[in-house]
Amino acid sequence: MTKHLRADGVTCALGRRTVLRGVNLTVGHGETVGVVGPNGSGKSTLLRVLAGVLAPAAGRVLLDGEPLDQLPARRRAQLIALVGQEEELPGDLRVGELVALGRVPHQPPWSGGDAGERAAVLEALASVDLADAVDRPVDQLSGGERRRVLLARGLAQQAPLLILDEPTNHLDVRHQLALLELIRRLGRTVLLAMHDLNLAAGACDRVVLLHDGIARPAGRPGDVLSPDAVEEVFGVEAVPVTHPLTGETHLLFTPRRTARPTNRRTPRPATRQEPR
Amino acid sequence: MRRLARTPVVLLLLALLLVASALLSTGFGAEQLPPSVVLEVLQAKLTGAAGSTLGSADAAYETIVWDLRVPRTLLAMVVGAGLALAGAGIQTLVRNPLADPYLLGVSSGASVGAVAVITTGVLGGVWALSVGALLGALVSAVLVFAVALGQGGLTPLRLVLTGTVLGSAFSAVASYLVFRSADPRAAESVLFWLLGSLGGAAWDRLPLPAVTVLPLGALLFVMSGWLDALAAGPETAAALGIPVRGLRRVLFAVFAVLVGVLVAVAGSIGFVGLILPHVARLLVGARHRRVLPVAAVAGAVFLVWVDVAARIAVRPVEIPLSVVTGIIGAPVFLLLMGRRRYRYGGAP
Repeated sequence: MTKHLRADGVTCALGRRTVLRGVNLTVGHGETVGVVGPNGSGKSTLLRVLAGVLAPAAGRVLLDGEPLDQLPARRRAQLIALVGQEEELPGDLRVGELVALGRVPHQPPWSGGDAGERAAVLEALASVDLADAVDRPVDQLSGGERRRVLLARGLAQQAPLLILDEPTNHLDVRHQLALLELIRRLGRTVLLAMHDLNLAAGACDRVVLLHDGIARPAGRPGDVLSPDAVEEVFGVEAVPVTHPLTGETHLLFTPRRTARPTNRRTPRPATRQEPR
Repeated sequence: MRRLARTPVVLLLLALLLVASALLSTGFGAEQLPPSVVLEVLQAKLTGAAGSTLGSADAAYETIVWDLRVPRTLLAMVVGAGLALAGAGIQTLVRNPLADPYLLGVSSGASVGAVAVITTGVLGGVWALSVGALLGALVSAVLVFAVALGQGGLTPLRLVLTGTVLGSAFSAVASYLVFRSADPRAAESVLFWLLGSLGGAAWDRLPLPAVTVLPLGALLFVMSGWLDALAAGPETAAALGIPVRGLRRVLFAVFAVLVGVLVAVAGSIGFVGLILPHVARLLVGARHRRVLPVAAVAGAVFLVWVDVAARIAVRPVEIPLSVVTGIIGAPVFLLLMGRRRYRYGGAP
């Protein structure tokens, strides 16, 4: 069986800084894979390379076994929907107009605004619980609403592979859980970067932990996000506890105590900014 | 929530307004003509019965209406539409609501070209000035393009900075040429290219702008979905499969040619390309397949009446168009930008 998405030794540099070093990752059809790691570890860059909008300096990305860089951009956008971190939007743009951008790869650039598009837009907005916001200007939305509208734009793209860069940012607890539930329901292949390790553990079939541009082998959340790994990568102490109702394992975080006997090596503190 | 007007309705109303404006405006000028005379001349000309139904006294009217006013009105429509289209497109290209068609340094380049023709006497004939202006405009556009590209690409910020800086440099060159020249026409000419006028309108001046504005406007319309994506940001556009770099270069070339030709025939006319796209967005929303046609027709109507005002404000002298557009445009623009829910520029 060919994997849906596969990265082989992906290396990428932004300016003079090497952001990704030989990242390997495979994502199966219908799988939900989370990318976690500290700020500046290369999550956004990895997602952009895997979505085909940024060319790797070395290595290759295969989509359904085909080299991604040989797909025409338009075809690629029909197969992969990338919802990146926020860009400043024109303030007079309306929610419906923004979501309709998701239809751009599916129609010639001079068409649009027809009934089919309207239906796709409303369906995508309904799935993020914002159907009645279709005529609102985007600059009147709250941060969380903007995130959900951007996700709706990605959904309207109706691509079999959805790549989401921190989709739960700015969302309240209810909408965080609703979004992850929605992703589950979609039945599509989803690759998403997340900051909240517990959310990632609950939502993803597998997670991959990025540290200074190097990806550790992906695996089940419980294996990858072990207290040792979390301490090494994030520099915090993680204590696993069992949720009394669901039985799931959650991590509790505390600042790392100074001289800790089991501390095998001292990781560099991750203080750099996320690349934009 | 205020719903947007339906685009076909808006376009139909604007088109009717345009036809009415064209007929009415032709009567205004140093010589005031009633609409009945205008219609009579038009009827005679269009049905081919030239002059036959008109008396000798009316022959003068015929000249005024057919040889002077009609081409002038048509030129106003073409230039107004072209400026509005260019403004809407450039605001998208540089993602800046304050951008206007002359941002790319084209108008000051045109004045350098025109002044150079006057002061050096190269190029001869009635077209010399326009050709000089067009060449100056295109050369300046190519320079802006090359500098922006050489410094890392046609990104919005780089285009704005390069265009503004090189525009100032071209203005300085034009001023220097005028200062050195004893020819009073040089100063006059700079004034024309900086402030705009349709005074030179004639039938043989129409084809060039018409065959520039129509196909390039159509091309922009054809690319409207891509323009929507570009307006949402380069990252979003790339994720939607838009070739951002290629699109930016095509757009730059389109605007350089479009604005260069418009400047060559009418000088630079302020505010039209800045305001009309905003008016169109207020009426029909932000999508380019709606904004572009509405802005074009609204721009045509607007410039027809601006030219009427320029003709009759200080009769029999004509005032430059930018004087009129500035006086109308500045308060209108402030009003538009001050509206609470209209914040193209992002959060307050």
